[in-house]
Amino acid sequence: MPGIDDKAGPLDLVRIREDFPILTQEVNGKPLVYLDNAATTQKPTAVIDSICDYYREYNSNIHRGVHTLSQKATDAYERARVRTMDFLGAGRPEEIIFVRGATEGINLVSQAYLRPRIEPGDEIVISTLEHHSNIVPWQLLREQAGAVLKVAPIDDDGAVDIQAYQDLLSDRTKFVSLVHVSNALGTINPIREMVAMAREKEIPVLVDGAQAAAHSQVDVGKLGCDFYTISGHKMYGPTGIGALYGKAQLLEEMPPYHGGGEMILSVTFDKTEYNRIPYKFEAGTPDIAGAIGLGAAIEYIEEAGLESIEAHEKNLLDYATAAASSIDGVEIIGQAPAKAGILSFIIDGVHPHDAGTILDQQGVAVRAGHHCAQPVLERLGVQATVRASFALYNTREEIDLLTHGITKAVEVFA
Amino acid sequence: MSGLRDLYQELILDHGKSPRNHRPMDDCTHQANGFNPVCGDKVNLYLSCEDGRVTDASFEGNGCAISTASASMLTQLVRGKSVEDISELRRMVGAMLTSAPGEHDQEEIEKLGKLAAFSGVCEFPGRVKCATLAWHTLDAALKDGKKTISTE
Ligand SMILES: Cc1ncc(COP(=O)(O)O)c(C=O)c1O
Repeated sequence: MPGIDDKAGPLDLVRIREDFPILTQEVNGKPLVYLDNAATTQKPTAVIDSICDYYREYNSNIHRGVHTLSQKATDAYERARVRTMDFLGAGRPEEIIFVRGATEGINLVSQAYLRPRIEPGDEIVISTLEHHSNIVPWQLLREQAGAVLKVAPIDDDGAVDIQAYQDLLSDRTKFVSLVHVSNALGTINPIREMVAMAREKEIPVLVDGAQAAAHSQVDVGKLGCDFYTISGHKMYGPTGIGALYGKAQLLEEMPPYHGGGEMILSVTFDKTEYNRIPYKFEAGTPDIAGAIGLGAAIEYIEEAGLESIEAHEKNLLDYATAAASSIDGVEIIGQAPAKAGILSFIIDGVHPHDAGTILDQQGVAVRAGHHCAQPVLERLGVQATVRASFALYNTREEIDLLTHGITKAVEVFA
Repeated sequence: MSGLRDLYQELILDHGKSPRNHRPMDDCTHQANGFNPVCGDKVNLYLSCEDGRVTDASFEGNGCAISTASASMLTQLVRGKSVEDISELRRMVGAMLTSAPGEHDQEEIEKLGKLAAFSGVCEFPGRVKCATLAWHTLDAALKDGKKTISTE
């Protein structure tokens, strides 16, 4: 890593980079410049250690053993739940359900909350910005229950047309599901306002916070949403774990999602009594190590401070936007007024896939493709983009290397 | 950065930029559409066959330099060849693209002529499908007449 001159910035980058062991390596003979954070972030030692400690020192199943290790594991798992509750601004631990990730959170809501309530012709409102994981579960409901999917349009900059969104909300709207921050473009939705518009009509709202939670403060109480879902691996935690926040009253009313152990109070062949929330939704042995790792990731984020992280990533975005715009032939895709640290772009004469390979040869890891959000790219008239996405450990020097790599790609194809 | 030059040889850059036979064919006898859902690359391939020989080949579609160059060179090279010869060509291309780096069958590489330009692709496992897409599509067109295939 070349010298880091962001010392005046809101974060101590030298120290932070030391927290992430993976960042010191070389890739293709060049120092790794990891700019694929929207796909998954790297993990700090504190997270890695929390998982190792669990397996080395107190691995045990939870909620069932009378023995000491089981009690320790149960305590750690439940502490992670409380941490997640505080982190999201939820009021009660039982409002936090551990799931595999944002995808499972959305599927849980679509199948356990909405499916029993939806009638043929009822409408579900989403936006053009959605990730496939906030499109396909609703299309399944369309097939299963005859629901109608309505899509709020975006403008050419990649911002949702708020008036058009509001106009879609009607007596027929049974549910609204919206992304908080777009993974393909970085657009930050005015989510509080959008939730309020739906809540005013008493329409329940799910917010997909996969790209938001590690980058700015989330408070589900202030947002007023009914459900909010996050993915651990996009916030410095492990893969395979995420959380779904749901208002207790709604969760109580919902039938279970999966059946099995843990989610029951008593079972006979005639009748099974379900456990209380959140356990009703956590059938089987959960990802105990994952939940503990997620708790450690949240602790890490809180120590760095979300305000500082947000300010740092905004600096990086502004710097990268200016640098990329100054290269001839580079066009930035997605220029909404409010954006998180995601820069999607195309290069005249260089296919994103080829740009991705050329950047990789220089140690720069970016994503090239449709980012699991084909409809939004199609709307903006592109099939694929190169996407650089930033995290708290990225530096301006790394963005200089990105810019240098783009220039190199332009040269190869000149 | 020698790897990059192996991947993006002049011939590939040239065909990637100015693909040959890049046009639809209304009176084709065989047609197949290839699609790579991972990156959205598309190759719609058209063939005209007579007496077991390909008399004309063209394609439409868009994708990266590797997939475009692969389709472009394919349309040039299959013209005039018998279906059996094409099947052998396809086998050799497949072997070249998926061989371990540095372990090419040199004899076959020589037989492949211009297509040897793709010999560097095997060093980039993430890009092999870009190069094979057109050849899988060719296979589908010859076998099934008219069809859509996917790399996944
Ligand atoms: C906006 C958004 N929603 C949902 C998801 C799905 O997250 P996961 O794959 O962790 O379930 C992603 C991941 O790319 C995302 O970016």
